[in-house]
Amino acid sequence: MAQGIDVLTGTTFDEEVASSGVPLVVDFWAEWCGPCRMVTPVLEAIAAEHSGKIRIAKLNVDDAPDVARRYEIMSIPTLLVFQDGIPKKRLIGAKGKAQLTSELQEFLA
Amino acid sequence: MTEVRDVLIIGSGPAGLTAAIYTARANLRPLVLEGEPSSTSDQPGGQLMLTTDVENYPGFVDGIQGPELMAAFRAQAARFGADFLTVRATKVDFSARPFRVWVGDDEYLGRAVIVSTGARSRMLGLDSERRLLGRGLSTCATCDGFFFSGQSIAVIGGGDSALEEALFLTRFGEKVTVIHRRDTLRASKIMQERAFKNDKIEFLWDSIVTDFVGDGHLSGVKVRNVRSGEESVIEVGGAFVAIGHIPNTAIFKGQLDMDEAGYVLTGEGTRTNVEGVFACGDVQDHVYRQAVTAAGSGCMAAIDAERWLETQPHEQHIVGTPREW
Repeated sequence: MAQGIDVLTGTTFDEEVASSGVPLVVDFWAEWCGPCRMVTPVLEAIAAEHSGKIRIAKLNVDDAPDVARRYEIMSIPTLLVFQDGIPKKRLIGAKGKAQLTSELQEFLA
Repeated sequence: MTEVRDVLIIGSGPAGLTAAIYTARANLRPLVLEGEPSSTSDQPGGQLMLTTDVENYPGFVDGIQGPELMAAFRAQAARFGADFLTVRATKVDFSARPFRVWVGDDEYLGRAVIVSTGARSRMLGLDSERRLLGRGLSTCATCDGFFFSGQSIAVIGGGDSALEEALFLTRFGEKVTVIHRRDTLRASKIMQERAFKNDKIEFLWDSIVTDFVGDGHLSGVKVRNVRSGEESVIEVGGAFVAIGHIPNTAIFKGQLDMDEAGYVLTGEGTRTNVEGVFACGDVQDHVYRQAVTAAGSGCMAAIDAERWLETQPHEQHIVGTPREW
């Protein structure tokens, strides 16, 4: 399992999102998606550098298609940032660490 | 002072990684600036990272997955001592030696440079494209096809990539419409035959896309028939753009000679107009554009660079520990 990244499932998703005390970044991904694989080490690095301020989790869209549909995911990787259970920001596509960190800045303060 | 490497390789598709394997085996300790994660086909591993089955790479009887093939290339280069940085080069200076390559403020020096930055998907350049990308509009069928199960899907383009995407998308879509600006395809015969035979694929000929329609997410594609001038909107849940590629050469403008489309010009093998700078793969090839030709030219660039380095004074040569084979 990826380090510092929690694994969500269709069953645990709602509760984990609702109960997270810090901003929760959910990475919607799948095995067959090349760019998704590239994002994992970037997310691990961000999780390690900002531990305590932000939580990072992954949700496999193959296993939880209903959650993906509910949030209108149409491209992966898509990152949704939840704060107090509400999706606040949507980041579509694979990105490098510097760009992703800057796009998540408001949640890292 | 920054270490001067024998070889800097910019880009990490089949060309760059093959150059890395060969230069590493020649004990030149290449440093590969492999690029940054992205979804637009300029990412580490190159365009094959956005494909599934690669059926024409020699040696794989039953085919291999694109990302898997590139992971193997990279591991093979690493095994022989190639170093990798997951960064995208932002600026170069080839006017003096050692050559200088920057990633933001970080500077890397190389006695020789191999340029293998490849090409990325061309877009139509419509405002609506930016707005709807990732919201029903995509450049990566293997990434996003899954989300359009049971829906109508459009593919824009008439080359091999377009038909590959269309065929792949028939796994998910109820119907796939290929929209092409001409009445014949540029794609290879085998791909054409497969597409014509597939019941789920329809063709809309002589048609150009003038807009993507949708509020929040894509709901249709507006097309104009180039013969009649007639405009119509095709309702689709997803649309995939596969209208060719543009070379990733912006950072080399003014330093490397290019053709009018921006491809780096090479001669005598992989030499560019700058002595000591070599180019391989799709960044200098708009004709063949295959994984195997890219790999072949990567090998050529490595051998060209190695031979050229042998003719150069060695003061700055950093000798590695001889390797036992």
